[in-house]
Amino acid sequence: MTERSEGTEPPLLSIENLVVDFATDDGLVHAVDGVSLTVRAGEIVAVVGESGSGKSVTAMSILGLVRTPPGVVRDGRILLRGEDLRTVTGERLREIRGADIAMIFQDPMTALNPVITVGQQIAEALRLHDRDLGKAAARTRVVELLRMVGVPDAETRYGQYPHEFSGGMRQRAMIAMAIANDPDLLIADEPTTALDVTIQAQVLDLLRTAQRETQAATILITHDLGVVAELADRVVVMYGGRVVEEAGVRPLFARPRHPYTAGLLASVPRADLDGELVSIPGSPPNMIEPPSGCAFHPRCPMARERCVEDRPELRDLGDGRRSACHFTDELAEGSALFSAEEAAG
Amino acid sequence: MGAYITRRLLINVLVFFLITVVIFWLVHKAPGDPVAMMVPADQLNSGSAAFIAAKRHELGLDQPLILQYWHWLVNALHGDFGYSLTNGRSVTSLLGERLGPTIELMGTGLLLSLVIAFPLGIVAALRRNTRVDYAATMVSLGSVSIPAFFMALIAIYVFTVRFPLLPSSGISDPSAPGLADSLRHLVLPALILGVANSGAYMRYVRSSMITELGADYVRTAEAKGATRRRVVVRHTLRNSLIPVLTYVAANLPQQLAGAVVIEQVFAWPGMGQLAISSVGRHDYSVIIGFALIVAVLVLISSLLADILYTLVDPRVRLG
Amino acid sequence: MSAIGLDTPAPGAVRRSPGRRAVRRFLRHRMAVVSAVVLLLIVLAAVFARQISGHDPNATDLFATRTGPSGDHWLGTDSTGRDVLARLLFAGRVSLGVGVAAALLSVAVGTVVGSLSGLLGGWVDQTAMRLADVFMSFPSVVVMVVIAGVIGPSVTAMVIAIGLFQWPQSGRLVRGVTLSVREQEYVQAARAVGAGPLWLVRRHIVPAALPPVSVVATIAVAQAIGLEATMSFLGIGVQPPAASWGNMLTDAQSLTVIKTMPWLWLPPGLAVAVTVLAVNFIGDGLRDAVDPR
Repeated sequence: MTERSEGTEPPLLSIENLVVDFATDDGLVHAVDGVSLTVRAGEIVAVVGESGSGKSVTAMSILGLVRTPPGVVRDGRILLRGEDLRTVTGERLREIRGADIAMIFQDPMTALNPVITVGQQIAEALRLHDRDLGKAAARTRVVELLRMVGVPDAETRYGQYPHEFSGGMRQRAMIAMAIANDPDLLIADEPTTALDVTIQAQVLDLLRTAQRETQAATILITHDLGVVAELADRVVVMYGGRVVEEAGVRPLFARPRHPYTAGLLASVPRADLDGELVSIPGSPPNMIEPPSGCAFHPRCPMARERCVEDRPELRDLGDGRRSACHFTDELAEGSALFSAEEAAG
Repeated sequence: MGAYITRRLLINVLVFFLITVVIFWLVHKAPGDPVAMMVPADQLNSGSAAFIAAKRHELGLDQPLILQYWHWLVNALHGDFGYSLTNGRSVTSLLGERLGPTIELMGTGLLLSLVIAFPLGIVAALRRNTRVDYAATMVSLGSVSIPAFFMALIAIYVFTVRFPLLPSSGISDPSAPGLADSLRHLVLPALILGVANSGAYMRYVRSSMITELGADYVRTAEAKGATRRRVVVRHTLRNSLIPVLTYVAANLPQQLAGAVVIEQVFAWPGMGQLAISSVGRHDYSVIIGFALIVAVLVLISSLLADILYTLVDPRVRLG
Repeated sequence: MSAIGLDTPAPGAVRRSPGRRAVRRFLRHRMAVVSAVVLLLIVLAAVFARQISGHDPNATDLFATRTGPSGDHWLGTDSTGRDVLARLLFAGRVSLGVGVAAALLSVAVGTVVGSLSGLLGGWVDQTAMRLADVFMSFPSVVVMVVIAGVIGPSVTAMVIAIGLFQWPQSGRLVRGVTLSVREQEYVQAARAVGAGPLWLVRRHIVPAALPPVSVVATIAVAQAIGLEATMSFLGIGVQPPAASWGNMLTDAQSLTVIKTMPWLWLPPGLAVAVTVLAVNFIGDGLRDAVDPR
């Protein structure tokens, strides 16, 4: 995990002020409320947040996969090497999907078509982007890919159906499908959430290897801080449809500069410390009528009058860190906001 | 796959036997002497009392009911359905000569219903909740709600009475037979049968497609760069076909019921029309024979549905 | 700070009872509301048949057969001089009656079989579901042909021939509800204390199944009305001189009648079509009200 500084190289992907709404029976849900983030070539960016924070929707929006209706992308630019993916032609977008940018979904059982063989589905990824690739050549390449991701008996497995694979193997197959065309950017949406704990480690290992081999940048959506610690170079924390903090992984874990991040870190159960389990009080915000000012203020131990009235901007703190908190400086010394016990040394 | 099919086969055969038991019970409920149903009329009329008694013994009618059932069933399975009470001819030959027209009508009708239902259902699903969808749903609702015989009467009014374009009865014109004439006679009955059944199928196709279109694997295919058309055709269409085809196969007996009505309105010389006229004439042999044919159809359609299901869904094939 | 539970309603959310919400959803369905009104009118017309038509539906008048609509006979007369309007309205009673009776029968059988199937499980369940497949594919019209042919047509036979073969729709539904109710913890707790299956059915399964079953029942009524009309039309249902929308159309099988006497066949045919459509729309509305997905 290398620390990347603010290089002079332009970012591979740049999301600027993305706004996405969903029309529901109960009202308009503001799922993504002005999110901006960048990803540089080859780096692994983890996007963390609870359910409903807008992280998945943000990821889906990159490739234009938000179902419309009920979703509507209202504003923002999504720049891939300067090309705005929101305004490109359908044909161009299809060229990019699966080739420049590839996606790995959360539940491989439902993400794969149950009546088409796994091999054919991976081959589809190849042949959609190479018209001249024949069936036999595609098959050879797919078997090679399956071997690369660690699926045993790849030749036989080619002709099998998703329900004949185990959960971990299915996810491996999905990864194979994603890296088939050597993408520059991988988006992994909670890739290990649907898997057994024992399999999770294996798949994470595979992701790390895949990333290293292909040198692809990766956006890793997760709510699991353990995964973040394992893989990420940089972390983006989301809450209530907005980015609330951004930092390199080590600085973030060592010194969070947003109360929500602090709460997240504090609520991770630790076997080496005694004490009660800590949780962030309150419940996730109502995204139809979000709280005024800072979305986190109803649950924030540091909240003050200004937080209720004034929505904090995402401020640059230097050293590649950003935070959207009026009182981020108070966290700079590392005060224990949420712990019920003394901060361990 | 073998185990699944075998199990379904056994269950279907068992059900078939149960149905024959019920039918046999009806044979005995029928007023009159069962002998009359099982012996050709000429033999019956010319035979003496002794002859009839001997016949009764030969047919096992003095034996316990179970054995009678067995005799009757064995005969039936060999194609002996007894003899018509109105004209003494064998029921098998009567029904046999009517089988062709009924199959012709049912087959064409089924084809037409699917030709109407599939495009409508698919388009309605793709353009869900738009005006196209509402229009298609209205059409299907009309098809399901308006009785087929009333649709037939209106069609006859329009195409035979008001604008004398098509014949409204019979299967052909004896004075001018030929392919064109046969087709002209087939058009109205088959069309009405098709339209009347299309509503139910269309709703099935639509809901099946909507379910598949909302599936996660659709998003995966899109994420790979597939065109909308490819996603719909290669992925969702195939998946939504499974439940629809199975439903169509299992629904064949209901198709026959529709044919019965249409045959009656259009005086189409099929099995259905024969059955209806037999009711009026109290020709129990023919009615029972008809019931047996329907029981066989239930058996066949159920098996067909099971086989189709395993052929099309790989999850079952290997389970 | 004490943790607030995750199910605390967000501030500002209005609490509405599910029943009232369902009614509101139903009312939003325009065609369903219109259909409910139309159906009410039809029912009223059938109930007040005598008052509205002013004629005896069975009173023949051989001097005025097949006359067209007039001041005295708003819809004309049929082949034996009976008033068509009177017959139409009285026939409504039969059709609606048979429709509701058959639907009730099918729901009753379906509930019993479905809940037994769900509660007992095992081979009882397997057999019941296989039987359901068979019953569902068996056409009521054919059953009625056979019954009418052998024993003779009757209204009771019709209700049974229709209702007995519609039970799988409600049966499967009730079975599903039973299975899910059975797994609930409070149920297991109650059974541990000795609550019997009947209690389970009465207190929990029936209330839970009521909303979806009401939708199925409504569709069943629509189907039954259509089937009764078809059977009577074929001559194997309601027998003349009793009037049914179906048998009023039997006469229309002649080209002359179709061409020159529309008042004989259009009113009963339209009556069936409109009634069945209306009930189907109400069913649609109920479905949206009960399950907005």
